[in-house]
Amino acid sequence: MSQSHADSHGHGHAQSFLRRYVFSVDHKVIGLQYLFASMFFLLSGFALMMLMRWQLAFPGQAIPFFGRLFPADLAPNGVMSGEFYNALGAMHGTIMIFLGIVPMGVAAFGNYVLPLQIGAPDMAFPRLNMASFWLFLPGGALMLGSFFLPGGAAQSGWTSYPPLSVINPGQTVWLLAMVLLITSSLLGSINFLVTTANLRAPGMSLMRMPVFVWGEVVASVLLLLAFPPLEGAAILQLMDRVAHTSFYMPKDLVILGSHYAGSGGGQPLLWQHLFWFLAHPEVYVLVLPPMGIVAEIIANNTRKPLHGYTTMVLSMLSIGVMSLIVWAHHMFISGMSPALSNFFLVTTMIISVPSVALMTCLVFSLKGASIRYSVPMLFALGFIPLFAIGGLTGLPLGLTVTDIYLHDTYYVIGHFHFVVVTGSVIALFGGVYHWFPKWFGRKMNDTLGQIHFWGSVICMVGIFLPMLPMGLAGASRRLYDPTAQMHNLIVQPLNVVSTMFTYGLALFQIPFLWNFFHSIFRGEKTVENPWQATTLEWACPSPPPHGNFEKTPRVYRDPYEYSAPGRKTDYWPQNEPA
Amino acid sequence: MNNYGWGLPIRASSFAGQIDFGILLIHAAMALIFVLWGVFFAYLLVRYRRRAGTPAQREEHHASSQGGFWANNAGELKSLMPDVLVMLFEIALIVFYAFPVWRSIKMSPPDPKDADVVVEVTAEQFAWDVRYPGPDGKFGRAKPELVHFSNPLGLDRTDPAAADDIFVANELHLPVGKKTLIRLRSKDVVHDFFVPEFRLKQDAVPGLEIPMWVVPTRIGHYELACAQLCGFGHSLMRGDVYVESPEDFQKWLASRAALKPAPPSASNNSGGF
Ligand code: HEM
Ligand SMILES: [Cu+2]
Ligand SMILES: [Cu+2]
Repeated sequence: MSQSHADSHGHGHAQSFLRRYVFSVDHKVIGLQYLFASMFFLLSGFALMMLMRWQLAFPGQAIPFFGRLFPADLAPNGVMSGEFYNALGAMHGTIMIFLGIVPMGVAAFGNYVLPLQIGAPDMAFPRLNMASFWLFLPGGALMLGSFFLPGGAAQSGWTSYPPLSVINPGQTVWLLAMVLLITSSLLGSINFLVTTANLRAPGMSLMRMPVFVWGEVVASVLLLLAFPPLEGAAILQLMDRVAHTSFYMPKDLVILGSHYAGSGGGQPLLWQHLFWFLAHPEVYVLVLPPMGIVAEIIANNTRKPLHGYTTMVLSMLSIGVMSLIVWAHHMFISGMSPALSNFFLVTTMIISVPSVALMTCLVFSLKGASIRYSVPMLFALGFIPLFAIGGLTGLPLGLTVTDIYLHDTYYVIGHFHFVVVTGSVIALFGGVYHWFPKWFGRKMNDTLGQIHFWGSVICMVGIFLPMLPMGLAGASRRLYDPTAQMHNLIVQPLNVVSTMFTYGLALFQIPFLWNFFHSIFRGEKTVENPWQATTLEWACPSPPPHGNFEKTPRVYRDPYEYSAPGRKTDYWPQNEPA
Repeated sequence: MNNYGWGLPIRASSFAGQIDFGILLIHAAMALIFVLWGVFFAYLLVRYRRRAGTPAQREEHHASSQGGFWANNAGELKSLMPDVLVMLFEIALIVFYAFPVWRSIKMSPPDPKDADVVVEVTAEQFAWDVRYPGPDGKFGRAKPELVHFSNPLGLDRTDPAAADDIFVANELHLPVGKKTLIRLRSKDVVHDFFVPEFRLKQDAVPGLEIPMWVVPTRIGHYELACAQLCGFGHSLMRGDVYVESPEDFQKWLASRAALKPAPPSASNNSGGF
């Protein structure tokens, strides 16, 4: 059976190593490729931040050990320069978002888990899938490699606001890399949508799909609709740089004392609108798949159906729609018409309603449960209160009046890192522990997992909590030397605290990395369905063979039929006949 | 300066209190929400931990044929009550707080005629160029071609209106209790005018002249910081704000006006527009 599947994909079992592991069209191999690549990029983005954290805590002091390794123009005498700080900052943001979280949440988990959960033998377009990864990897390599190119890495923030981005070095490569990454993500998102629309196993109606699949679907729709404008905008910015057009460059700029040569007539705010039209939905792309992961883990470890499956699905869908019309809440004080802000204030408050509903459902799912405190469950449970801090701190930023003061302060940095780090990253870790047995047929070590969980959570809170009072005291973000502005001096000790916890967080990733790589080869062997779960990915061998299911599964019921009355076991797989 | 501490900086403008009211109110609400949910969450974690012989209890859903939508989904809808409360709170905040306060702070800059002081602030990498119109009350002509490091704004001193303009770098003097209209501009990239004590923040965008207003309420020395990434020197881009009594302010203006401006660097270029 699996043989015939493999054949129908146009290649038999006698494949070369290259076809099998490098240029593979199998969704599982591509999923793992994305997983390893995005883990690497997350670690790189984190390493950049460790350098920046030194400068923030001890401005003007030489970076220990590594300082001398950098060329003198980046770090004279081992002391980071302003240009270098800005390059690290821009690349940290870019790498974490476009090369780390999104590829891991959407592409790695999506590729591996989504087809399995809907009972499909593969993605709808396996070759497109491969193309997507092979655009992503060069895009990522170009982005990260830009540090070593003449001109260095981009240094205008991940937001790349013109005119700064048009006149700053490094930006051309950033834009080219973005074009590759955006194209890759377009191919991927189309693939997820078509796969979900067409390859669901018989009986898998839309409202029987696991919540994770819904998260992927909404994220894909957003990527599909919001990324093309940014791709266009990026090309316009590229033209402003290399062809001296003036899409974003107004008339009569005077830069460092000399009159800018471009013809002018452009509008810097145009870029901001196009950028945030993607970048706000992007926030939900960063969050919805991880939230889906959390829902999967919670259903499985509470041993009962999720509370409010329908509410969750409808919430995700309405978040998807609304997220396309909230973008300018990032621009309340950008100089756009202040009357426009009122509209975006209202849409922003509206979108908070389904977001609260999602969190409510997760919490209420615990009621009446029989909670199994497995390692994935620890991460899923940690997600709830910490992500909630991220959500709550969004409130004063979404409100026009209070944002006047808080905009661009460390309060913002604290807020969205609670969302993406103690939210997305924590959930993704949980997903790794949860699906590891499926991927490799082995389990990760529990004790190391618990150490990893507690260490990481405590350090993350230690890093990001101090940023909230710093922001309230008025400390701005993106300051190479925070002590250069008087109003930051009193809260400067908080920068030291935050930095120490950053290095602590790095230490606590060692047990994880060891656990992960060691368990791939040496972990305890496990069975098809070690968590006694109900969704389809657990109805095939671990790891699944090419083509996944021995025969196409049939779906008889909702995704989370745990503790159904009158049954011997407390789980009732979706594909088990009545 | 004792303006800063571990909480919000001191309040030195007429609207600082309005902004702080929102910040404090929202934080109180956030704390309340977080604590209530947190206690409930912790209770659930302990109460429903796995115990031998106690299986999970499913919430019973009624067959959809009887009872109608409300009865069938009562449990699910009831759990949305907290959401409804949050929503009502938000609606109240928007209608009674955000709309009116935003309108008064950002949407109603005074007409130059009605302002007590009009000042133009131009941001550049990495300095603040501050210009007062001088005794004639008129801002004179400036031309980008005339920009020179001795004449950062490119003032055309041959224009009589420009001849008496008062220019200062990185210093903003304002009289206390007077309504000041600030015209914010940028020469090169996007910057941001931020005075923490005023709770006033506004991007400076090249190509736009953005009006904003402030009534300083407290004599003192404050910081004007750039809050938008503008290049390698961004963190060094700061200036000083001096809020003085109206008499001191007038004295200061007079002392600046007495300083003869540097001779026009390109007076031969006087053809003008
Ligand atoms: C866990 C480790 C992390 C730490 C310690 C950290 C820390 C920071 C800090 C201190 C800044 C502010 C830098 C500045 O304003 O000069 C920053 C900026 C940023 N971070 Fe992170 N971060 C982490 C992870 C992440 C992740 C996972 C994401 C992914 C989505 C992310 C996205 C960003 C973005 C988009 C910015 C803004 C960059 C810019 O100003 O252009 N960070 N981070
Ligand atoms: Cu947003
Ligand atoms: Cu700046």
